[in-house]
Amino acid sequence: MNKLTVPHLLGIKYLQIEDLKLIFKTASQFKEIINRPIKKVPSLRDITIANLFFENSTRTKLSFELAEKRLSADVINMSVGQSSISKGETLTDTVKNILAMKVDMIVIRHPHPGAAHFLSNQVNNCSIINAGDGTHEHPSQALLDAYSLIEKLGNLKGKKIAILGDILHSRVALSNIYALKMLGANVKLCAPKSLIPKNIDSLGVTISDDLMYVLNWCDAVNVLRVQNERMDINYFPSNREYNQNFGINKQTLEKLRKKIVILHPGPINRGVEISSEVADSDNTIILDQVENGVAIRMAIIFLLGSQIKISA
Amino acid sequence: MKPKILLSEKKVTAILKRLCHQLIERHGDFSNSILIGMQPRGVLLLDQIIRLLKEEDIREIKYGKLDVTFFRDDFRRKEKPLNANSTEMNEMVEGKKVVFIDDVLFTGRSIRSALTAIDTYGRPKSIELLVLVDRRFSRHLPIQPDYLGAQIDAIQGDRVRVVWSKGSIKCLVYLEEKINE
Repeated sequence: MNKLTVPHLLGIKYLQIEDLKLIFKTASQFKEIINRPIKKVPSLRDITIANLFFENSTRTKLSFELAEKRLSADVINMSVGQSSISKGETLTDTVKNILAMKVDMIVIRHPHPGAAHFLSNQVNNCSIINAGDGTHEHPSQALLDAYSLIEKLGNLKGKKIAILGDILHSRVALSNIYALKMLGANVKLCAPKSLIPKNIDSLGVTISDDLMYVLNWCDAVNVLRVQNERMDINYFPSNREYNQNFGINKQTLEKLRKKIVILHPGPINRGVEISSEVADSDNTIILDQVENGVAIRMAIIFLLGSQIKISA
Repeated sequence: MKPKILLSEKKVTAILKRLCHQLIERHGDFSNSILIGMQPRGVLLLDQIIRLLKEEDIREIKYGKLDVTFFRDDFRRKEKPLNANSTEMNEMVEGKKVVFIDDVLFTGRSIRSALTAIDTYGRPKSIELLVLVDRRFSRHLPIQPDYLGAQIDAIQGDRVRVVWSKGSIKCLVYLEEKINE
């Protein structure tokens, strides 16, 4: 197969295993390209992409923009702070105006779950890429996490992967669960009970609140950030207490029976979910994730772009 | 319809030997040259050329395998999506004499893509083209081979296929005629 089964990337939930394999295969080829002296290919030179970020972002925005530029697409950016959103314009109106400028693809990050899905029903011959919708999904992050894990551990079938931290508010967690389960991994969540969503076990994951048990069980752990900005009530007494029970530091790793791989989607709260020593140690593949992020996003854009019809 | 054999095994063997001698004539000991096979099928020809050059006592041959999918000009213009192959380029091409190797030269568009693609690895001193089969009168671009196996006249829609059997030199060139639907 050399075509995605979907016209938009809204979430991992809507993808098939063949889609994942195709994205990974294409990403490997782009990874070779971004390590050349000249890192650019002309594939998407007649495609225009709008990056609409209704929520703050560093890595994802830069990574998407870089991926788009490496594919020679024309790029326009909109961040919520500098736009007419603050004047009360609705999402549909903003997007209709942008589409009237003949945009072929939209990368959208929005604080409301389902925003990308909503948009995909409003557009015609335009691909939507979800770059994070509220606490729902962040598919490109899950794809790059899974790709980085495969690079490190090989085939993920039967591998034990833990997701640690603020599962409740994390779109990365949900997309990761879908992707890892699809690839055949065993997934265990570890967090304070207040940060585990109800009925999450229906997705085929197990849950524990014993950090040492989980770290000894897993081959790799994806450490999530505590999303203070999404917390309107106190889910745990203090960052200090969270760190004592769920933070990973050098001593924690020394107590383990084996070496584990540590991922973090960023941004890191150093000293809360992970100590500086661990974040900078060779256990982590955080910077590999960032490098792979560009290749994965190039693959997603290339594959979706190949489905956009040429307008006469 | 049964495919017609254009070049027999024996003839291909002779052609390959001639091409190797022509390469040696121009590139000497290959110290400043790189052979680059076009993915996917030019790589099979590259393997045979390297094998024959080694038989001629050329020991150190630098080579690479180049995939031009992302540099093609027909992206989004075909019903069938493009499928990329791997690229293996472990040599720098800066200042080197590059020889592109492909099995069939048809419209010339793959070679045009390759000319753009190779630039991403540096600026070669020169670029030459070696093909086993040149389909005359079908070119879309002003691209001609420097080393030529055989010229074949085939009408539009016919397919010229170079078939390599695995593990040995055996190679046949077929012509599959256009099927009127």
